[in-house]
Amino acid sequence: MSDPGQEKLAQSAVAPEIVAAHGITTDEYQKIVKILGREPNYTELGVFSVMWSEHCSYKSSRYHLKNLPTEGPYVLQGPGENAGVVDIGGGLAVAFKIESHNHPSFIEPYQGAATGVGGILRDIFTMGARPVASLNSLRFGSLDHPRTRYLLAGVVAGIGGYGNCIGVPTVGGECYFDECYNANILVNAFTLGIVKKKNIFTGIAKGAGNPVIYVGSKTGRDGIHGATMASESFSGEKEQRRPTVQVGDPFTEKLLLEACLELMEKDFIVGIQDMGAAGLTSSSAEMAGRGGCGVELNLSAVPLRESGMTPYEILLSESQERMLLVAKQGSEDEIRKIFEKWDLDAVVVGRVTDDRQFRALWQGKEVARIPINALTKDAPSYQRPAAPPQHDQVQQLDLSAVNEPKDLGMALKQLLASPNIASKEWIYRQYDQFVRTNTVIAPGADAAVIRVKGTGKGLALTVDGNSRYCYLDPYVGGVVAVAEAARNLACVGARPIGLTDCLNFGSPENPGVMWQFSQVIQGMRDACTALNVPVVSGNVSFYNETDGVPIYPTPTIAMVGLLERVERAVTPWFKEPGDVVALLGRTREELGGSEYLKCVHGLTRGTPPWIDLKMEQAVQRCCIEAIEQELLCSAHDLSDGGLAVALAECCVGGPEKPLGVRIDTHEMIRGDALLFSESQSRIIVSLKEENLVGLEEIAARHNVPLQVIGTVGGSRFVIQPLLQLPVDEIKTIWSTGLSAVLK
Amino acid sequence: MRWGVVTFPGSCDDHDVVDSLRSELGQKVKLLWHKDELAGKFDCIVLPGGFSYGDYLRCGAMARFSPILRGVIDFAQSGGLVLGICNGFQILCESGLLPGALVRNADLQFVCQLVHLRVEETDTPFTAGLRKGQLLKMPVKHGEGCYYADAPTLERLHKNRQILLRYVDAKGKPTTAANPNGSVENIAGICNEARNVFGLMPHPEDACSKLLGSEDGAKIFASIAAGYAQKASAHV
Repeated sequence: MSDPGQEKLAQSAVAPEIVAAHGITTDEYQKIVKILGREPNYTELGVFSVMWSEHCSYKSSRYHLKNLPTEGPYVLQGPGENAGVVDIGGGLAVAFKIESHNHPSFIEPYQGAATGVGGILRDIFTMGARPVASLNSLRFGSLDHPRTRYLLAGVVAGIGGYGNCIGVPTVGGECYFDECYNANILVNAFTLGIVKKKNIFTGIAKGAGNPVIYVGSKTGRDGIHGATMASESFSGEKEQRRPTVQVGDPFTEKLLLEACLELMEKDFIVGIQDMGAAGLTSSSAEMAGRGGCGVELNLSAVPLRESGMTPYEILLSESQERMLLVAKQGSEDEIRKIFEKWDLDAVVVGRVTDDRQFRALWQGKEVARIPINALTKDAPSYQRPAAPPQHDQVQQLDLSAVNEPKDLGMALKQLLASPNIASKEWIYRQYDQFVRTNTVIAPGADAAVIRVKGTGKGLALTVDGNSRYCYLDPYVGGVVAVAEAARNLACVGARPIGLTDCLNFGSPENPGVMWQFSQVIQGMRDACTALNVPVVSGNVSFYNETDGVPIYPTPTIAMVGLLERVERAVTPWFKEPGDVVALLGRTREELGGSEYLKCVHGLTRGTPPWIDLKMEQAVQRCCIEAIEQELLCSAHDLSDGGLAVALAECCVGGPEKPLGVRIDTHEMIRGDALLFSESQSRIIVSLKEENLVGLEEIAARHNVPLQVIGTVGGSRFVIQPLLQLPVDEIKTIWSTGLSAVLK
Repeated sequence: MRWGVVTFPGSCDDHDVVDSLRSELGQKVKLLWHKDELAGKFDCIVLPGGFSYGDYLRCGAMARFSPILRGVIDFAQSGGLVLGICNGFQILCESGLLPGALVRNADLQFVCQLVHLRVEETDTPFTAGLRKGQLLKMPVKHGEGCYYADAPTLERLHKNRQILLRYVDAKGKPTTAANPNGSVENIAGICNEARNVFGLMPHPEDACSKLLGSEDGAKIFASIAAGYAQKASAHV
């Protein structure tokens, strides 16, 4: 494509095929012409294409997202900023967000995943917060698929390569495998930072004449149109997309992080934003949009990595490790001094104006002039058609036609060895889990726990989502995703304070996908409302499909909880022989959508388990209170694989020697349902016998069913009368299930 | 006792060492900047973990040329205590203060896990407070922690009893399974011949609090501090 960027503004109209190549529809192009009162030039077209891309504008999702509850007494910053911020008392707050980097990671797994981590880290320290913990949620295709191992190895190495080098621990995550992700993996990265309440920064431009300062790495040609790529479906030619993937440099980001936090101790910054998707364009336009002002950029001043770059390329580059800040006039030299200390560029590249225009200059000439509002709040928003997809028969499941396995022990072993349930140590051992010396509960538990130094408090972090449920019933899937994340927090003794969501779906232009999207949001909304958890930030990733086949709808919920006293946190693992094992909640014959049906019978059918949000909340409160009163030795959420898998994890999942257990249950349901049903609102706890009265009292007060079902001890794993296995065998199967396949 | 902890660009564990020394051991610590010359009086200098200068060339290869390191080398050669943790160990090998080299882990992956270490020698300021054969639990987290030395060097290490820590299993056996990175002879930490410079791949600063799962790392720092206190009182 030729680049007429240096020609006089608005001189050359662009050809229709160039418009189409930018992902702009005919209607949208007409809208642009109307806004400008003329045809856009090539540079302006590029600016519109990224700012109106799905990725930047949320044009298909905004209508639905406003249904989510975003407020709460402790929310300091809800969605719309670089990250959400929640008060944790004592003058401190936490900033957190989750974001997708799906398409880049499929094309180039190491760099795609690494820059995903880099991007979310910048979103956090942009707010003035020191990043202290990261999580990730990964979805890959079947391990039989030829590309899956390559993608898994690359993504994990990329996350580690970036996160380890920057000195932020990765304390938890989740990873699932399903054929629906064969050609479209998901890489969602979460980071949480701690910030002093009085020192929170936002991405806002204010004060005409204030300098706009560019800091960090130089600008190159990498990642041009990354945002546009993220807003398209894949077809057969992914390899050719490799140049749109950015390359990460965690060392520079580490310097940028330290320099920015040092700068933020001073009173020089008006607003600051990371140059992520759509780089210089979106950071400057969004900041001006929030401040209700304009911005003028002198592109000739932008530090460049290579020569011959055009204004179009400079505006759209997604080179990593760059930030844009609006500073107070007169502070330029002081700012430069701080960045020089860290060997980074800090260059004035523009100024804030009061004309509400986005203007870019190149060698003294204006090369783009667009009203800020047209790029931000007046960007297109669509209420796209939505209709249930034509696969409703998948909900039909005749359990009487599903034969109960003769050897239920064998079925359990099959589940424990399956990569979705087996230990994920092969993954998380590649991440630094301990740097910053805060990690109280490391990866492998229901939720990670970190201490907040100097306060006695702890933060619990978890990430969760069951896409098979969402495929079978997106509303229930949305409810369960939120409920289970909260239950994970309850299992360590934390009360939820907020969540961030990454909504991964197919094409919004497909009415079936749009219907799934709206249903998932409604489910999430109902669960958030019932459980009092506000949504404080998030990200939507559409177009996760290849050749017209969408992935399962996959909302990833990352939730943060607070423990008033961190030393009370409990882990999921049994501690001592003789401890009593009890079940909170009730097991029903709910095998629809279960891991058991998929793994043992090859079925993805039925309706996912029903959930009563009142009961859910009662079970969670019961567990939290019992932990706060120090009655419990362990607590573990029941999810994929049901009671039997959860009990096995309690026995062998911990860092110490495995412990056996003997369980007697008397539910009047078929054996495989008793063992593997995924009924919601259930938690397995273990405790000293003398604490049972206390637990019973709490359960009765909350109206939560409580059953004593067994005792910890011995060398065997026994569930009477259905199965018994040596606990060492369980340990081996579960520990090596994933790593053995990857050797 | 006065501790100095060096911050290189890309250091990640510098503040962790400072925090652990201050809040868990009540020590006086000063952060030192890589661009400065080493100035002031110190009793022990710590080179912390991380990725100095990005470690894009070879781990520690750039850091050995930093201005602060000239002073650290002089300090070590005149008998001052120098402790290198992880990247710090790599820097000490690169700068020639310790023999051998740290190369890519045998399985080519970064590894983060809790390991058991066996104390091999106790006649150094770093291990004087420990028992020979004592087991310590703390994390390793590195991509290039596989210790290598050629046969003559290993022989010297043996002869001078410079191997201070080995990776072992929970029973204290230096098995292959207990070796997280393929280090020769399960070596996790060594000192120099003069016994005043100590490098180790595991992270004692991550194991200084019961809440975080282990206090064994604090025993190394405490050993250094106790040795100093003893010496100081002997001088009075």
